[in-house]
Amino acid sequence: MAEMTKVAVDSLDTLEEKLTQEMGYDDHFHEHHHGDKYQSNFLTTYIFSTDHKMIGRQFLITGIFWALMGAMMSLVFRLQLGFPEADLAWLKPVLGKWIQVNDAGIGKLDPEFYYALVTIHGTVLVFFVLTAGLSGTFSNLLIPLQIGARDMASPLLNAFSYWFFFLASVVMFLSLFLSTGPFSGGWTAYPPLSALPQASEGSGAGMTMWIVAMAFFIVSALLGGINYITTVLNLRTKGMNLWRMPLTIWAFFITAIIGVLSFPVLLSGVLLLMFDRSMGTSFYLSEIVVGGQILDRIGGSPILYQHLFWFLGHPEVYIIILPAMGIVSEVLSVHARKPIFGYRAMVLSMLAIAFLSFIVWAHHMFMAGVNPFISNFFVIFTLIIAVPSAVKVFNWISTVYGSNFRFNSASLFALGFVSLFISGGLTGIFLGNSSIDVQLHDTYFVVAHFHIVMGVAAFFGMFAGIYHWFPKMFGRFMNETLGKIHFWGTLIGSYAVFWPMHYTGMAGVPRRYYDAGASFDSFRHFTELNQFITVAAIIVFFLQVVFVVNFFYSIFNGRKLTTKNPWGANTLEWTTPIQPGHGNWPGKIPAVQRWAYDYSKGGQEYVPQYVPLREGEYDHGH
Amino acid sequence: MAQVVQREYRSSHIHPLKFALWVGIASIVMMFGAFTSAYLVRRAAGNWYEFKLPDVFWGSTFVILLSSWTLHASYRAFNRGVEHLYKRLLTATLALGLLFVGLQYAGWQAMTAMGATFTVNPSSSFIYVISGVHALHVLGGIAALIVALIYAFVLPFKPTPRRRLRFQLVVHYWHFVDVLWVYLFVFFLVQSP
Repeated sequence: MAEMTKVAVDSLDTLEEKLTQEMGYDDHFHEHHHGDKYQSNFLTTYIFSTDHKMIGRQFLITGIFWALMGAMMSLVFRLQLGFPEADLAWLKPVLGKWIQVNDAGIGKLDPEFYYALVTIHGTVLVFFVLTAGLSGTFSNLLIPLQIGARDMASPLLNAFSYWFFFLASVVMFLSLFLSTGPFSGGWTAYPPLSALPQASEGSGAGMTMWIVAMAFFIVSALLGGINYITTVLNLRTKGMNLWRMPLTIWAFFITAIIGVLSFPVLLSGVLLLMFDRSMGTSFYLSEIVVGGQILDRIGGSPILYQHLFWFLGHPEVYIIILPAMGIVSEVLSVHARKPIFGYRAMVLSMLAIAFLSFIVWAHHMFMAGVNPFISNFFVIFTLIIAVPSAVKVFNWISTVYGSNFRFNSASLFALGFVSLFISGGLTGIFLGNSSIDVQLHDTYFVVAHFHIVMGVAAFFGMFAGIYHWFPKMFGRFMNETLGKIHFWGTLIGSYAVFWPMHYTGMAGVPRRYYDAGASFDSFRHFTELNQFITVAAIIVFFLQVVFVVNFFYSIFNGRKLTTKNPWGANTLEWTTPIQPGHGNWPGKIPAVQRWAYDYSKGGQEYVPQYVPLREGEYDHGH
Repeated sequence: MAQVVQREYRSSHIHPLKFALWVGIASIVMMFGAFTSAYLVRRAAGNWYEFKLPDVFWGSTFVILLSSWTLHASYRAFNRGVEHLYKRLLTATLALGLLFVGLQYAGWQAMTAMGATFTVNPSSSFIYVISGVHALHVLGGIAALIVALIYAFVLPFKPTPRRRLRFQLVVHYWHFVDVLWVYLFVFFLVQSP
């Protein structure tokens, strides 16, 4: 059996070489790029690389670093929420003065630092991990490989994109060590907490560094986005028209468009905030008294900041989830050995989601004093997002339905994504109603909703992508057994963490409180539930450690790849050598003859994109 | 290392870098769109001091329009191969660009002199911030012009496709900051009494 497969693979490889020779596109790339002067030593290969594959790996590893940081922060505040009476003195060697030890020797988490942890956890996970770590990694790795390009349109800007992200990371990381602590006013940085340095400890130097880090991050996101859009539109190989692009590319492309149009708006908002902080203007500050002192600010509007913030903030959640959707579509189709169901509906629904994402921002502000009649408008458009989302879910399920599914770590995580996206999406319908939001706003219901639909689901998309494309990134496989332990533990564990929060939220337990409302009589019966959540969170954390160990161990010691196309996938990245060098393809770039989803067709298990259409075969690209 | 590979099978002939510039311009447009809509929202909220825009801004508007014209004429001279005209007009553009920034500064001083200071009320703060961020974008354009000037005076005059592309990028960006200022100026005029 193994022999037969080997023969089949060999003949496909020969076919690929023959077809690429005959019909491939010759851009004379290697005649212009003698040797490999861009990657001649350690520094230019691994550090200051302009190669998109290396930049993708840089984004991924920086993202993993921040994911671990953010997860450890969440463990500290989950300990506080689950066991508010517990002695945390053992954390003093790590957290230092943020653990206050009283006379009895009982260590308590400083409440100010609790807010800082929640704030930085949110900022880091939303921007550094699920934006840079997810779309940064996979857009960089996959766009040139899957559309058949030698590299990005501007590899230099691409490297800058990573280095601005790195700068943002450094500034944000250093802010953790300030004596007044990092910013503590919530990841949304609403004024006046963010606008007045005297408002709280973290609002001083911590907020300044937060703003600087975010400004660098926005520059990074814009440079990356401009590059992705340009590359997708201009550097596709021969025959790769838009309707033949894999759904991953569509997802990264639409994500980049959303980012390029929404991040500048956040930059405007943050600039005005900077002037309010340090130059004495009153864009966001109205008459205000701090510590008994009347400030000379007049007539500013804090709601104005919320409008500017959420005009980015809502599209931002789609910047996070769309790449995961693209990855899941691709991974499900490959491992189900079936064409993706409703390819065009998938693309159109992503476009619809992208469009709608720009006209729903005020649903984050229903309770901020927005006119209720204006709220109706936002309710309707918010609920309409359920339609394209349901189209996508239906198509994923139809793709998997009746298939000869290959259960491995990558495909399991893709399935898990669909489950989480349904569970988290349904609660969005509750929150999108401005009247139900009166009860649910700022409770643990909101925390449960966005963690499941955007946090954990996007992570599942990312894991599916990492397990699936790890062989392309490092030429080795990750350990399957550890991968499956990681999957089942994380799936069950994440539901155990976030499902109970729906109940506490419906009962009205407010988010961001230091003790999860335990000081209120009406919420005291949730103590055990909170302990359960904390224990589940600790278990889930250690399962992620399993993943990280598996990841780094497999880079050096994983099972080696012996064929170019281990999953039997149709897309172009699997036609490159096992360890693709500068320029990706050693000779000509293969020409594309068909769409990416011809699985189980005409007696063949898969028909790669470089195989010409047979007589009478339907061309999905027209 | 940009990929300047001619792709004969493509129907559109826009160069990737030029396309990237336009995507970047779209994001700058979004940024100023956010600024001007924040201006409108904040103005509608009341507590808004009215004042007349200083006349200096008419002068700066004229200057930047003129600079666009000189730059375009320089580009045409470059294409026709008229070297001295190309260099002279490019130098004139840089001078006009610097003059524009100087006049904007004079405009801010005139505003401060009439009592519309940076912090007195958001109505004036907005004008300082918006025109200031615009001036930063003009400074970016001036940096590009300086690079173009160095190319013009140091390298031998040879209108290769690569140099034409670089020049086009500068021209497009400069026209954009020009048009952007005209939009902002008209916006401020319509809003002020």
